[in-house]
Amino acid sequence: MAEVYSVSQLTAYLKNLVEEDPHLQQIWVQGEISNFTRHSSGHQYFTLKDESARLRCVMFRRESQRLKFLPQDGMAVTVLGRLAIYPKNGEYQLYVAVMEASGVGSLYLAYEQLKQRLAEEGLFDQARKRRLPVLPRKIAVITSPTGAAVRDIIRILHRRYPRVDILVIPALVQGASAPQSLVASLDLIGRLPGLDLAIIGRGGGSIEELWAFNDEHVARAIARCPIPVVSAVGHETDFTIADFVADLRAPTPSAAAELSVPEINKLREDLGAMESRLKNLLLQTLEKKRILLSKAATYPDLVRPDRWLALRRQQIDLAREEMVNRIRNKLEGKKHSLLKKIAKLEALSPLATLTRGYSICLREDGSVVSRAGQVKPGEEINILLHQGELCCAVRKVKEEREG
Amino acid sequence: MKETVTAQAPEKSFEEALARLEQIIEELDHGELKLEESLRLFEEGVGLARYCNSKLDEAQGRVELLLGVDGENILTKDFCIDEEE
Repeated sequence: MAEVYSVSQLTAYLKNLVEEDPHLQQIWVQGEISNFTRHSSGHQYFTLKDESARLRCVMFRRESQRLKFLPQDGMAVTVLGRLAIYPKNGEYQLYVAVMEASGVGSLYLAYEQLKQRLAEEGLFDQARKRRLPVLPRKIAVITSPTGAAVRDIIRILHRRYPRVDILVIPALVQGASAPQSLVASLDLIGRLPGLDLAIIGRGGGSIEELWAFNDEHVARAIARCPIPVVSAVGHETDFTIADFVADLRAPTPSAAAELSVPEINKLREDLGAMESRLKNLLLQTLEKKRILLSKAATYPDLVRPDRWLALRRQQIDLAREEMVNRIRNKLEGKKHSLLKKIAKLEALSPLATLTRGYSICLREDGSVVSRAGQVKPGEEINILLHQGELCCAVRKVKEEREG
Repeated sequence: MKETVTAQAPEKSFEEALARLEQIIEELDHGELKLEESLRLFEEGVGLARYCNSKLDEAQGRVELLLGVDGENILTKDFCIDEEE
């Protein structure tokens, strides 16, 4: 008689079987990702599949954070994990600890993904690129102070342009601490006065050795650097993320130095050329003025100044005549209006009544006599007539009684 | 009438002098200038060119290694590449 098990018993038995098997507790599985979801907790859930089977997988937050790239549906990956059974729904799943991209390497995938993300953010936009100063006064060189790169850069900078000041800001350029070190050095630039250009780089190496220059934090530190940055990662063919975000990419440290400063001899030549151009321009100006002068000499007015003078004299005569006429007309007008006013005044004047036989009696002081009492007998008075006046002596005063 | 020669301000940098020189050439090339003005610009331009040349002859720039930044203090030391070999 066969033994009967409960579901729990069977599941516990299987769980035991699976979890006791060392092979199943550390197993590499290869497949294609599907139904990938990232939970807000940071855990990642997906299914690995091939042509004929599916395997449920979970990758917890702690493991997910170590991923260099972002898993996506359709991606071929190899994962290392442990198999376990989840009794509640009777399903088994793989708890993934490590995930590697199959085919292309994980590093390459991480690089491509970061590149795409930063490009979408606009960090590589041509419009963001700053122009390098024509004549930098002080250049920061961020690199290892002991490598060949720093010596190449300094030697070439000073060979081309001896005047420039150089400040070497030391940084680790490879290894796990390199990104942090590069970011710290880049962020120092804003606190150092007088710098107007930065070169950041290192000599050539394997892609792993250059990896710090593909770090997102380094890229962002370059982007926020207050002065233009020239990237000089020593690899002719491969572009790092730093190259894309820098204001100018130089293929090698030596090339960076060459792109950063002008050749002093070329500058001297340019100055010489400018000086001769100045002289030529002055000669041209003089020649132009001379031509203007000789042209001016043929103007009719200059050739026959007497004609010009006669014309001007005629204009003066005409103007004078015009002026006299205007004054005369104005005076005539004034005189006419004055006569009119006089006639009007005459019509209103009391003197006009004298023509009708009235007369005016005046005392010697000129005051008008209107009452007999104003004068005394014997006083001399004048009587104004229409024509002429009478000088009279008062013989007697007859005062009229009032009332 | 005596023209006062405009002396270069001692503080003018190489870059500023070069930019002014280029501007003068531009003005002489395109501007409809009076003769006196042209002569004045020419004189200034020649002075600037000489000034720039003398600047190029100045002593070699310094090379320093940053040791650290402590608040306002910037610590550096001279950096000699030949000693490093």
